[in-house]
Amino acid sequence: MNDNVLDKLKTLAESAKYDVSCSSSGVGRGHKSGMVGSTSGWGICHSYTEDGRCISLLKIMLTNYCMYDCAYCINRRSNDIRRATFSVSELVELTMEFYRRNYIEGLFLSSGVVRSPDYTMERLVRVVKDLRQIHRYNGYIHLKSIPGASRELVDEAGLYADRMSVNIEIPNEGSLKQLAPEKDFQSVFLPMNYIRQGSLQSKEERKHSRYAPRYVPAGQSTQMIVGATPERDKDILSLSAQLYRDPSMKRVYYSGYVPVNTNDARLPAVVKPPLLRENRLYQADWLLRFYQFSVEEIVDDAYPDLDLEIDPKLSWALRHPEKFPVDVNTADYELLLRVPGLGVKSANLIVASRRFGTLSSWQLKKMGVVMKKAQYFLTCRELPMRTINELSPDRVRRILTKGDKTPMNTQYTLQFSDD
Amino acid sequence: MVAYRYDKSFEGLLTAVFEAYVSKKFPDVLLGENEVAPLFCDEIVDILTDEARSSRVWKGLELRISHSALYTLPDCWLSELPEVDMLIFRYIRKAFDAKESIELNFGDPDVLELSKIWRHVQKERERVLQFVRFQKTADGIYFSCLEPAYNVLPITLSHFIDRFHDQRWIIYDAKRDYGFYYDLKEVTEIHLDDKQWNSNGIIAESVADTDELLFQQLWKGYFDSMTIKERVNPKLHRRNLPVRFWKYLPEKRRR
Repeated sequence: MNDNVLDKLKTLAESAKYDVSCSSSGVGRGHKSGMVGSTSGWGICHSYTEDGRCISLLKIMLTNYCMYDCAYCINRRSNDIRRATFSVSELVELTMEFYRRNYIEGLFLSSGVVRSPDYTMERLVRVVKDLRQIHRYNGYIHLKSIPGASRELVDEAGLYADRMSVNIEIPNEGSLKQLAPEKDFQSVFLPMNYIRQGSLQSKEERKHSRYAPRYVPAGQSTQMIVGATPERDKDILSLSAQLYRDPSMKRVYYSGYVPVNTNDARLPAVVKPPLLRENRLYQADWLLRFYQFSVEEIVDDAYPDLDLEIDPKLSWALRHPEKFPVDVNTADYELLLRVPGLGVKSANLIVASRRFGTLSSWQLKKMGVVMKKAQYFLTCRELPMRTINELSPDRVRRILTKGDKTPMNTQYTLQFSDD
Repeated sequence: MVAYRYDKSFEGLLTAVFEAYVSKKFPDVLLGENEVAPLFCDEIVDILTDEARSSRVWKGLELRISHSALYTLPDCWLSELPEVDMLIFRYIRKAFDAKESIELNFGDPDVLELSKIWRHVQKERERVLQFVRFQKTADGIYFSCLEPAYNVLPITLSHFIDRFHDQRWIIYDAKRDYGFYYDLKEVTEIHLDDKQWNSNGIIAESVADTDELLFQQLWKGYFDSMTIKERVNPKLHRRNLPVRFWKYLPEKRRR
């Protein structure tokens, strides 16, 4: 370990940081005798970067040399950046020492493609195999699968990694081929299928024998870049919904396009990354996974893009005033989840508490239910005041986006002058 | 107005509940041993902490609320908030008097307040799991020092024992001046008089492992290069990583 390693670490971290996935969740595993470490079910963030993202895993590349020339990627062949390669022992030692100091929750390993996908994949597998078998490391490992890697290697990697991922990057095959001539959808979806089949097979085997090895117990994830190509939110979210049908697919990440390569005519000239759009996509993603929405309800042909001004749930509610107001004291859990401003926690609290008596809006506020949006869509013990039906969807929208400056709210305000 | 005076321990509080039910005189105020009684206090009852009585109250509670709700009470106690003892007292009383379990009745202000305190304590526990940073000493002990807002170290131990069970470590609470030492077999509570670390929790160079500083530099280097400059968001950064922890984090420390 010396200054040389510090340089490599900086270079390779710079190259890896545009991958947004950093969760260490999905698998809870206590310590095993003779091994170091554990994983906690929800994952632990050990630090946060100044852009507010969590640092849970040591997110690093084995090498940032790459034979591909993908327009959106900082590590593409034609870029003039510093290149470095870690040796297996350096990387393993770094991981172990960081882990023992409680800096990290585990390792997130990826790599540029050198020589061939299989050659690269083999080296990645060697690192995780070393960690598990020689250093007896029992913490979290997230391993990137190289597009186009062979089935045998993916299967072997799955025995050591907790989570694996293959990035789709561009949600449309035509656009992908234009930006990354060496890639196509098949090279991405094939490893994804291997992982799915492996994980289903291992689940089946473990039903018969608890000694059967676990295969990628925390499932797989993927990432799409938003704003580099002309795809609409509808295309992106439909693809996500399709991916979530696969039981091993745990997360789809959205990464607002950061203009890392400036002189490429195929890419739009953006000054700031589309952060708001990225945020709205994540909100829609949550609606798909935890709020029992379907894609068609969030985006359709009439509304192919998410509303940037208001969140997708509010936008859905404003388009469907006939479903409201919802009575908190009688409505089903599923219906409560549809109320803008009510989340899973609030809905659970309401369902648990209303068995002891009817709830008033005062109690809801006390419980921590945020009433700013919810008040227009709820009725409680009191008489309904100004719900969406008394006002109008347009009016509610105006109130929530600009603050209410309409006479109805100001009529009780007395104007005093100073003279 | 009735006041109870007890030794400010959790067992003492449970004994107080027992005494209240025996004498049918419920306190309006709970006092510590050296606290001054409020004005217009008619009666001050001194409570002697009693193991048998407190465990009877605990067993009684086990019958009335669920296991998970029961164990939130000692967790809330660790918050050390000034009013938390009275809150727990009222909660236990409601639990005994109600026909069915009250634990999910968040319409009740005491139940709601305790559940909020419990959430805060759990959040602080999580922060300790996140922000403990070990420094390796020359004799191979991993040392860490921080100041949690609540007294949460006791409920973090199981996690650290599980994760770092093959290394010796010390986690020290600088605010309350006590800590825990794990010697590969068991955890003992310790109090260190000879403090070989400075106000930022950095151990003296003479006792640090030779590579310790290097790994701190490597970690800081990694941390700095992870930031995407185009997306910097200081407000979010401070919300996730509260400033009060910064001085103990090698990546946020200025050199």
